Amino acid sequence: MSAVIQLDALSKDYFTDAGAVSVLKGVSLTISRGEFVAIMGPSGSGKSTLMNILGCLDIPSGGAYRLDGTDIGTLPESELARLRGQVIGFVFQGFNLLPRMSLGNNVALPLVYQHVGKSERLTRAADMLSRVGLGHLVDSLPTRISGGQQQRVAIARALVTRPSLILADEPTGNLDSHTGREIMELFQRINREQGITLVLVTHDMSVARYAQRLVYLKDGVLAYDGPVAEFQGVTA
Amino acid sequence: MIATLLGEAWQAMLANRLRTFLTALGITIGVAAVVLMVAIGQGTQQKVIGTINSMGANLLIVNSASARSGGVRSGMGGMPTLTLGDVAAIHELAPTLYASPISTGFVQLVYGPNNWNTSALGVNTEYLELRDWRVERGRSFSESDISSATRVVILGQKVVENLFDSEDPIGQVIRVKGQPFTVIGVLSQKGQSMDGRDQDDSIIVPVTTAQRQLLGGPFRTAVGMIMVQAESSASLNSLERQITELLRQRHHIREKAENDFGVTNMTSVAETASEVTGMLSLLLGAIASISLFVGGIGIMNIMLVSVTERTREIGIRMAIGADRRTILTQFLLESIIITVTGGVIGILLGAGLATAIGKLAEIPVHVTAQPILLAFGVSVAVGVFFGLYPARKASRLRPIEALRFQ
Repeated sequence: MSAVIQLDALSKDYFTDAGAVSVLKGVSLTISRGEFVAIMGPSGSGKSTLMNILGCLDIPSGGAYRLDGTDIGTLPESELARLRGQVIGFVFQGFNLLPRMSLGNNVALPLVYQHVGKSERLTRAADMLSRVGLGHLVDSLPTRISGGQQQRVAIARALVTRPSLILADEPTGNLDSHTGREIMELFQRINREQGITLVLVTHDMSVARYAQRLVYLKDGVLAYDGPVAEFQGVTA
Repeated sequence: MIATLLGEAWQAMLANRLRTFLTALGITIGVAAVVLMVAIGQGTQQKVIGTINSMGANLLIVNSASARSGGVRSGMGGMPTLTLGDVAAIHELAPTLYASPISTGFVQLVYGPNNWNTSALGVNTEYLELRDWRVERGRSFSESDISSATRVVILGQKVVENLFDSEDPIGQVIRVKGQPFTVIGVLSQKGQSMDGRDQDDSIIVPVTTAQRQLLGGPFRTAVGMIMVQAESSASLNSLERQITELLRQRHHIREKAENDFGVTNMTSVAETASEVTGMLSLLLGAIASISLFVGGIGIMNIMLVSVTERTREIGIRMAIGADRRTILTQFLLESIIITVTGGVIGILLGAGLATAIGKLAEIPVHVTAQPILLAFGVSVAVGVFFGLYPARKASRLRPIEALRFQ
């Protein structure tokens, strides 16, 4: 299995008025195609920063990040935008749908940026919506549906470009536990049936259990990296 | 892609109808003001040029100049020094050009119970050609009317209105300064002259008749002025020199003495007037442009607000693959759509107002394509210019910061 994500001594520093703050201090990590990885860690451990870098929304200060074999560190913004559009699908805690657009158009939006023709866009979006069980709501607005449904739409939007990697940042954080379970089952199905690599950030162990592998970050370094089932907690 | 972005920009504007309307209104008012003001400016210019052209083309006017008598100078035309002999001599310079003496005076007209005071012009047979004026009914003078100083008269339209009720004036006998004159013709409508006189309120008689019967004093033998028409505008200047030389000779003016006449080139007067009114157009347009500029600032302001409000949306779009150029294009299109929509409405409004004002207030307006195209182009340019900064600001946002924005 080829590596989708390859991190080599990755570090990230922020410069504040109080001086430089190291958020990631040399993280090395390889995630192979088809894996389902949960990233956990307390607040301030750097998991959000790691997620942003994985999603090409931020660039590392040191070390190397290869996404699908491409070194991210040297790419211009326009190339990063292309990777975000083609290789990665995002699912956010707050769903982040555009409120004025119909669900169909929301799902089709990433295809606009890839110059896909209108009729194909709409077909693919409608198809993707039916796969997440919302085929009948193509013309509805995001404000008219429930949170769980909104997250399904967001997942459909992440999948519509046929990415090799889905990044989900606390995808169940705004949902009740029942809906959260449904969403996680959907993720699991996507991972198993389509072989899409999934990386998920959560602070909820019950959510992390849907993954196969767990990466635990503490103070900017890896504290645990192994099967979810064998995770015993991290000593302080 | 552009089509989709256009559609999205349109949707974004529909989502904020009132705000979009008010923003576009700034441009609409600006463009309407430019179109209206330029229409008024050009209307004025056309009217002035039309008035000057109604004088006739390529004209030189020779006046009797201020004559000196005991140190007291009277104004132009005070002491008449020009004669019919001068007219004949000018005619001999080039037989093809038109030259007519003009002697004027006010006369009282009586016909039946009606009477009217008007100005009488004593002229020769070439006067109407020169002035590009026609006899609408009846006939003009003949050479024999001039040579034998017959008492015939051609009436202006206004005079006909005031003297005759409904009967045909041709062939009737009216009293001019108490003497019987036969009406032989009626002039076509001419309108205002350059100095604002109604040219239709006048009568025309043979210059010889005017000299002997109507105008007393020095005008018994002299003429007030001579109007000469050159063959082309190119020959005007040389003709002016030739006439000056000829008249100095005929009037026996010594080498260094002042002329006792003046020559005015009407074409240069027309050029100056056209230049001045052209400036007026430009000035009005410039003042109106200020409101267009202010409208542009309104666009920029609203687009900046819009970019801030939609920071999160921009972040989302970037996260799902929009690059900076696409974001820039999207916001630029929005401001262009606002300005173009506002601009088109402004053009219609401006042209409509100009037409309405022209009809109601009788201010001369002239709506031409040029300022309309210009205003349209300017409104697109305003959209690009004032939309560029906010759009750039949007496209420069960092995706993570934009996504974090609440």
